[in-house]
Amino acid sequence: MRVLAAMSGGVDSAVAAARMVDAGHEVTGVHLALSKNPQTYRSGARGCCSLEDSHDARRAADVLGIPFYVWDFSDRFAADVVDDFVAEYAAGRTPNPCLRCNEKIKFEAVLDRGVALGFDAIATGHYAVLREVDGRTQLWRSAEQAKDQSYVLGVLDQAQLSRCLFPLGLDTAKADVRSEAAARGLYLAKKPDSHDICFIPSGDTAGFLSRHLGSSGGDVVDECGEVVGAHAGSHRFTVGQRRGLHLGVPADDGRPRYVLGIDPVSNTVTVGPHEALAVARIEGIRPSWTEAEVLGPWRGFVQVRAHGAPLPALIEGRADSITVELDAATHGIAPGQAVVCYDGDRVVGSATIAATAR
Amino acid sequence: MTDRIYLDHAAGAPLLPQARRAMDEVWSRPGNPSSLHTAGRSARRSLEESRESLAQCLGAHPTEIVFTSGGTEANNLILLGAAAARPDRPRLAIGAAEHPSVAGVVERLPGRVEVWGVDAGGRLRDPGPISAETALVSTMLVNNETGVVQPLEAVVAAVRKAGAWVHTDAVQAFGHLPLDFAGLGVDALTVSAHKLGGPVGIGALVVRRDVALAAPGFGGGQERRVRSGTVMVALAVGFAAAARVAVGDLATEPARLTTLRERLVQGVSVLPEVVVNGSAPTSPAIVNVTFRGCRADDLLLILDAAGIDCSTGSACTAGVHQPSEVLLAMGRSAADASASLRFSLGPTTDAAAIERVLAVLPEAVVRARAAAL
Repeated sequence: MRVLAAMSGGVDSAVAAARMVDAGHEVTGVHLALSKNPQTYRSGARGCCSLEDSHDARRAADVLGIPFYVWDFSDRFAADVVDDFVAEYAAGRTPNPCLRCNEKIKFEAVLDRGVALGFDAIATGHYAVLREVDGRTQLWRSAEQAKDQSYVLGVLDQAQLSRCLFPLGLDTAKADVRSEAAARGLYLAKKPDSHDICFIPSGDTAGFLSRHLGSSGGDVVDECGEVVGAHAGSHRFTVGQRRGLHLGVPADDGRPRYVLGIDPVSNTVTVGPHEALAVARIEGIRPSWTEAEVLGPWRGFVQVRAHGAPLPALIEGRADSITVELDAATHGIAPGQAVVCYDGDRVVGSATIAATAR
Repeated sequence: MTDRIYLDHAAGAPLLPQARRAMDEVWSRPGNPSSLHTAGRSARRSLEESRESLAQCLGAHPTEIVFTSGGTEANNLILLGAAAARPDRPRLAIGAAEHPSVAGVVERLPGRVEVWGVDAGGRLRDPGPISAETALVSTMLVNNETGVVQPLEAVVAAVRKAGAWVHTDAVQAFGHLPLDFAGLGVDALTVSAHKLGGPVGIGALVVRRDVALAAPGFGGGQERRVRSGTVMVALAVGFAAAARVAVGDLATEPARLTTLRERLVQGVSVLPEVVVNGSAPTSPAIVNVTFRGCRADDLLLILDAAGIDCSTGSACTAGVHQPSEVLLAMGRSAADASASLRFSLGPTTDAAAIERVLAVLPEAVVRARAAAL
């Protein structure tokens, strides 16, 4: 096969590309330039697309002896991921930009360009498993649960998955990937993992949002609508957040309070006790399905954050939405995040959380 | 890999066997050419013989040759050296389609550099009156991206009349066109070894003896006190050997390359939405083509996979190809300036190579256009 290996400059994608070469595929490496003004160097575990990262990716490709290109998707990334990120916060929601990047950039814009250029598939260093069953490509959790990235891949549909290759997911522990990289002479073997949001290398999400959205202050109110404090911009808050509220009026019962909701129209943040964060029912919109639409009710598991636990639930799919009834209430689910549905360890589909209820 | 086709000679030509053999004899000899002992004298002899040989190839006097690490350093040296040497003339002028090692002086000396425009064919426009404050005018002889040969004679007369020095970057001309430093009438000229089959890492600024530059760097005062640092003797030997071969072949090679170039131009011109950039006269070794609706990157990928090495000819930022500044200066749109490839021919190029490129291109272009949608 002709395989396009997406190479971030990190150890996982480099080893994934190496395994594709070993498997006898004709492999070409691509590094995605996503930032308009890339930093020259990488600071710790934060950020990506620095010049160092593209150098590391190129070095790895050279060691593997494969062609290597840098593809500039900075315009698409700015429009589809960064602008979307800011707009979601402006609407009082908490988006997941990594998932959005997978959906719109890596497995759409890049994949489309690759297919047009004659490539059969894209290989990445994600930890997830693909299985071919009855002519369909199934997406499963990776063998190593701690590294499992099936959650951020849950937005992919059958057309996308059928052209994906995840060479690390089946049998690999992270430590093994590092020693494999070292054994292959890839000097990035000891490079730290990436965390946080790549386009906010400082890690200061609130500051980033203030620069884009301004800081218009408003009221913090309790569940009854009583003003209990003031805030310097509602985008600084996420449902479930406890720190940084700086409330002037203590709760009657003296117990800590949490962000329950954000209303960007009235620019108010609603706070309340922990039990008010309990969620038993989730409404999801813009559903996508890994294999085919699954309509009607079925029992499975949902995951509501990248490193969250699977929660048993009754899931009902419709053409344009899904409803999830959790067996046991959970806490602090933020609208804008993805709810990913699993049948055991197999990913069935995904939706964007629009509303929650107790 | 032997059946690959290399059409990127303008980026770096394969080392000529004559240059390699000449260097083989020198590498293992000890000696700094500035030293007085026997080993030093031996090294100096090799260096000066190379300087004389190179001067002869260029129609220059040996003392006019200042060895540098390459074309970029030579260009930096003349621009910064001239700007600092003539305080009564604080301004410089350059062409709009120069190599980055000249064009970058606009940022280095902000507000002091005038940029002379080029026409749609890439040739310098008449700049009008030249200011008495201009220390130096720099315009390339053969454009590195389009191969367009600049009308230097007209510029030289006007510039010298205004009392300014004239420099020409002849990196892409040397070895491809007859070059006569004295006859050109310029004050300084840049050449580089690896564009004509010499080793990477050496070039020269040819500069008239009465042009007193202010050295931008400092050190031991080698090379007429304007370029300090131990001179790389073996590289100079290789440069001179390659230059002798290239200049010796000028009787036949340009005519041979012209035939190949014309076939390539004719072959690509029949493809839809394809434009060959640059007006005649051009170097026989460079063809620049815009494939409208393509990303140059994608064409490079497809051609590389098909065994053909060529390039865009312009710089990248972090590996991302930017629209060609040269084509933008010629009035092309950003899209067209990002959809262009440079094919540069050399001694290894034969008719079969050109035919193979022409056989691969039609489908490559269709595919790249689909990928750019």
